[in-house]
Amino acid sequence: MEQHTASEITYHHEPSGDTRRIWRTTIILSVLTLIELGLGFLMYFTEFPHWIDLFLKGIIVILTLAKAFYIVSIFMHLGDEIRNLIMTIFVPLMLFIWFIAAFLWDGNSYRTLKNRYDPYYKETTSEKKTNTADTTTHLK
Amino acid sequence: MAQPVAVERQKWWGGGRSPFNVEYGKLMMWYFLMSDAFTFGAFLISYGTIRFSQNFWPDPNVVFNAFPGAGHANLPLAFVSLMTFILIISSVTMVLAVHAGHHGDKKGVVKWMAWTIVGGLAFLSCQAWEWTHMITAEHAVLTNGQLDVIGQTVRVNPWGVDVHGPAIAEALAKTPHEGLVKLAHIDHHEMSFAQLGAMSDAQLRGMININDLHVREAGPVAFGGFFYGITGFHGFHVFSGVIINIIMLIMAQQGVFERRGHYLMIEKAGLYWHFVDLVWVFVFLCFYLI
Repeated sequence: MEQHTASEITYHHEPSGDTRRIWRTTIILSVLTLIELGLGFLMYFTEFPHWIDLFLKGIIVILTLAKAFYIVSIFMHLGDEIRNLIMTIFVPLMLFIWFIAAFLWDGNSYRTLKNRYDPYYKETTSEKKTNTADTTTHLK
Repeated sequence: MAQPVAVERQKWWGGGRSPFNVEYGKLMMWYFLMSDAFTFGAFLISYGTIRFSQNFWPDPNVVFNAFPGAGHANLPLAFVSLMTFILIISSVTMVLAVHAGHHGDKKGVVKWMAWTIVGGLAFLSCQAWEWTHMITAEHAVLTNGQLDVIGQTVRVNPWGVDVHGPAIAEALAKTPHEGLVKLAHIDHHEMSFAQLGAMSDAQLRGMININDLHVREAGPVAFGGFFYGITGFHGFHVFSGVIINIIMLIMAQQGVFERRGHYLMIEKAGLYWHFVDLVWVFVFLCFYLI
C-alpha cells in the first residue's frame, strides 16, 4: 500500500508546524455563528417590514456560505490541494445554483397559482408570517 | 506546499500519477462526500420547495424554544446554538487529530480522536433530547371545531396560526371526553390519564384554565417529515461518523498507522467528520435560522 501511495502523489505537503491556523479558523467560525445568532434574535425580537427580514436572511445565508468555505478550505484542507482536485469537487457543485433557483421558483409558482384560482384557500391559510403576494402577475 | 510549475502542468494527465495529487482512497472520499452533498442538498431544497408553496409556515423561533432543565421558559435558538458549537468544537478536535497524524504523533492522535468522539456523542445526546421533547410535548390545537392535544410528529404539526377569543371556549364546549382528558393533563401532570379519564366532562372542563391555554390551528403536516427526515439523516451520519472514529481510535491505539508509516486513514475519517459539521451548518440555516 505504501508503494501505491508514494507513486501516486507528485508533491508531498509539508506538514504545518503549529496549530495557529486551526485556532484562527475556529475563532472565525465561532464569530460568524454568533453574528448569525445575533441576526436571528434581532429578527425575533423586532417586527421588521418583510423586505428587511428577507435582507437579514440573505446576510445569514452569505455568512453560512463563508462558514462552509472555511470548513472546506481549512479544516478539510481543500485549499491546500492542487487546482485539479479543487475544480473536480467545486465545478459539479455549481449545479446547486440551478437546483435551488428552479425548485424554489417551482414552489413559489405553485403557491401563487393556488392563491389566484382558489381564493378560499388563500383566505383560510394566510397569516402575516409569509409573503402571499402574487409574484407572477406577468404570467396572467 | 509546492504548486505545480508550468512545465509540470502538462504531465498531470499523462498517466502514472494521480492527476489530483492525492491518494486514491482520499480522492474517492471526496467524490463520496460530493454525492452526499447532493443528497442532503436535494432534501433541503425539497423542504424549501414545500415551504415556498405554503401560505403559512411555522416560525422556527416558536418551534425550537426549549432548553433542557429550563421548563417552559421561552429560549429560542439557545439549544440549537449549543448543538452547533458542540459540532464546531468536535470538528476542531478532529483537525487537531489530523495535525498530530501529520507529525506521526500517536499520543496526540489518540487524545484528539477521543475528544472528537466525545463531541459526537454529546451532539447525538442533544438531538435525542430535542426529538423526545418535540414528540412528547403537549400543545393545544383547534381542529374541526374541537380542541385536541398533540406533539410534533410526522403526521401532525401543532404550530399553525394562533387562535384567540371566543373560538376557544366554543371549541372547548364541543370537545369530547378524550380531548378534555388530554387538555386537563397539560396543567395536571400529577394526575394519571386513568384518574382524569374517570372524571366527568364537567369536572374536566372546570380544571382547564382557558385563559392560560395557548391554542393554535394545526400547521403544515410536511414540517414533521422534513424535520425528522433531514435531522435524522444527519444524525445517522453523526452516528456512523462516531463509529468510524472509534474504529480509527482503536487502530491508532494499536499502532496500525504507526507501522504503516502514515496517518492517511485519520485524514479520510476527518474528511467525513468535517462534512458532517458542514451539513449541520446548512441544516442549522434552513430549519432554525431562516
